[in-house]
Amino acid sequence: MTQMSYVEGLRDGIRIEMKKDSNIYMAGEDVGIFGGCFGQTAGLFQEFGGERIIDTPISETVIVGHAVGAAAAGLRPIVEIMFIDFIGVCMDEILNQAAKMRYMFGGKAKLPMVIRTTCGAGVGAAAQHSQSLEAFLTHIPGIKVVMPATPADAKGLMAAAIRDDNPVVYIEHKGLLGFKGEVPEGEYVVPLGKADIKREGTDVTIVAWSAMVHQALAAAEALAQEGISAEVIDPRTLAPFDKDSVLQSLEKTGKLVIVHEAVKTGGLGGEIAALVADEGFDLLDAPIKRVTAPDCPVPFSSYLEAHYLPSQDKIVKAVKEMF
Amino acid sequence: MEITKEKLLSFYETMLTIRYFEEKAVELFAAGQIPGFVHLYIGEEAVATGACANLTDKDYITSTHRGHGHLIAKGGKLDLMMAELFGKASGYCKGKGGSMHIADVNLGILGANGIVGAGQPIATGAAFACKYKKTDAVSVCFFGDGASNRGTFHESLNMASIFKLPAVYICENNMYGISNNQKNHMNINDISDRAAAYGMPGMTIDGNDVIAVYEAVKEAVKRARKGDGPSLIECKTWRHRGHFEGDPGVYKDPKEQETWVKKDPIIKLEEKLLEHKVVTKEEIAHLQEEAHGKIEAAVEFAKNSKDPSLDELLTDVYAG
Ligand SMILES: Cc1ncc(C[n+]2csc(CCOP(=O)(O)OP(=O)(O)O)c2C)c(N)n1
Ligand SMILES: [Mg+2]
Repeated sequence: MTQMSYVEGLRDGIRIEMKKDSNIYMAGEDVGIFGGCFGQTAGLFQEFGGERIIDTPISETVIVGHAVGAAAAGLRPIVEIMFIDFIGVCMDEILNQAAKMRYMFGGKAKLPMVIRTTCGAGVGAAAQHSQSLEAFLTHIPGIKVVMPATPADAKGLMAAAIRDDNPVVYIEHKGLLGFKGEVPEGEYVVPLGKADIKREGTDVTIVAWSAMVHQALAAAEALAQEGISAEVIDPRTLAPFDKDSVLQSLEKTGKLVIVHEAVKTGGLGGEIAALVADEGFDLLDAPIKRVTAPDCPVPFSSYLEAHYLPSQDKIVKAVKEMF
Repeated sequence: MEITKEKLLSFYETMLTIRYFEEKAVELFAAGQIPGFVHLYIGEEAVATGACANLTDKDYITSTHRGHGHLIAKGGKLDLMMAELFGKASGYCKGKGGSMHIADVNLGILGANGIVGAGQPIATGAAFACKYKKTDAVSVCFFGDGASNRGTFHESLNMASIFKLPAVYICENNMYGISNNQKNHMNINDISDRAAAYGMPGMTIDGNDVIAVYEAVKEAVKRARKGDGPSLIECKTWRHRGHFEGDPGVYKDPKEQETWVKKDPIIKLEEKLLEHKVVTKEEIAHLQEEAHGKIEAAVEFAKNSKDPSLDELLTDVYAG
């Protein structure tokens, strides 16, 4: 184990895989000498050279579109969309090409590609640079979606995403990039589709991912002071979703709170709630609660933004309403 | 050159105002008083100033993430802009938009934009509306060299051309899209060459010469108002600062930076004004003082304004 930041973790995951397989390359805006908008790719250009760490024009459509073609032709591209907010620019390439090619071709194509991108509010970046759009992607069969919350998961999920033979969208949270933690050295893989219990508890299950894991953990700590034992489950991969971990936890707790930074309506929280209502109704002894952003764009004003975001306090309040 | 003294002075005043507004923004950002991303236009003021001098409030513009200059040149109010940078309720967007989203629809300013290349279709649509309503208004689209590589550039210029829309596409070629030099992001030197692909006139001019910009845009606007269709004007220029505040700009050649800083558009105009005895040194000093005063007043206004109230979070999501 060694101390690393989240960004160092994800970069380590990329480096280790790239060293092993020369078919892996990375392309995106300012991923080269600039080292990425938030320093995610710093040093990779120096280590792997311009043949494999490639600066592209500002052309998201062909950044993702070329990855589909390159993957179909045998490479393993990692491409970057600087902010998930720009995903609209390349949505056809994700929605109709990457996601469906294998199925439409009767299983004859393989698309091992990773789309790295960043999400998240909290830095005053306003409505077009702060969104959490994972539910857009989980609604598309054929795409896997990964959202790490810790440096170790950032590393292990990156390795798994690169090794996977499907299109994987790997979403980094801007607010977590500098977050430090213990990370296994050398090769380390966190399997896709496997949740992690970030804190064990017996009274209530809190499902949260990405930056919200840390709000949930802080809430669990505060709740413990008041005698409520919360279990925090981080699905880590949103598609495929590890429903068994949630159902197992509910067998203990009987109460479910889902926390996400994305807006409420159409958010993945609704899907998880429906899933539990369907397959775990008898396990519940209280209505399911969701703590999410409100249904509005992310405001610029720091004051409004702070209230926009789901927080430890909002989670504590939601949990207490169940007791 | 039959440009009046008033016009020349107004160019100078506008450029100074933009410069001082942004120098203030640098200071406030460094002091932590302005959150978020701040992209500065310092060094590129001649483009917005020369272009917008041909427009009235009825004409439209679309701006970019680097928008302060366009907004000021199109008549944007300094106090409302500054308050928006602070995220205050009195700002242009009630504090909900910030630097990257300032707009004043009444002045024809259809917004700064956080999405590179997103202004091109919007400007095209505004031009469509001008033509549809048979006004003689025009729509001017500002965008960067980097943005000219978006698919929106191709789709917009093609549509504007076949529909003969009253649009002027002004590419501010500062030779970088963040760290990516033009040499690495396209295989041509002059972006105006692309105009040929759409069957519209294209020209490349010195974007640090406000008079050259004014004259070129004047022709394009005249053509658009007459119903002869769109044009593409490439203005070669240079941003003095990093891509956004906090970017040290290590990817730039320091020598090239030095050469361009010497070609500062404000100094260029100032020298010309003095040389042709349009103004005296004293008058220049006076204009500078005045411009500083306007910026100070705007900062004062912003600082004395309140945060938006919490119920603003959920207003303006829908109309009606
Ligand atoms: C669709 C999209 N892609 C990427 C970005 C990130 N980004 C913001 S500004 C910028 C560079 C823009 O370059 P250019 O168009 O030349 O304008 P300049 O910054 O030089 O004024 C990039 C890549 C974005 N905001 N939107
Ligand atoms: Mg540029």
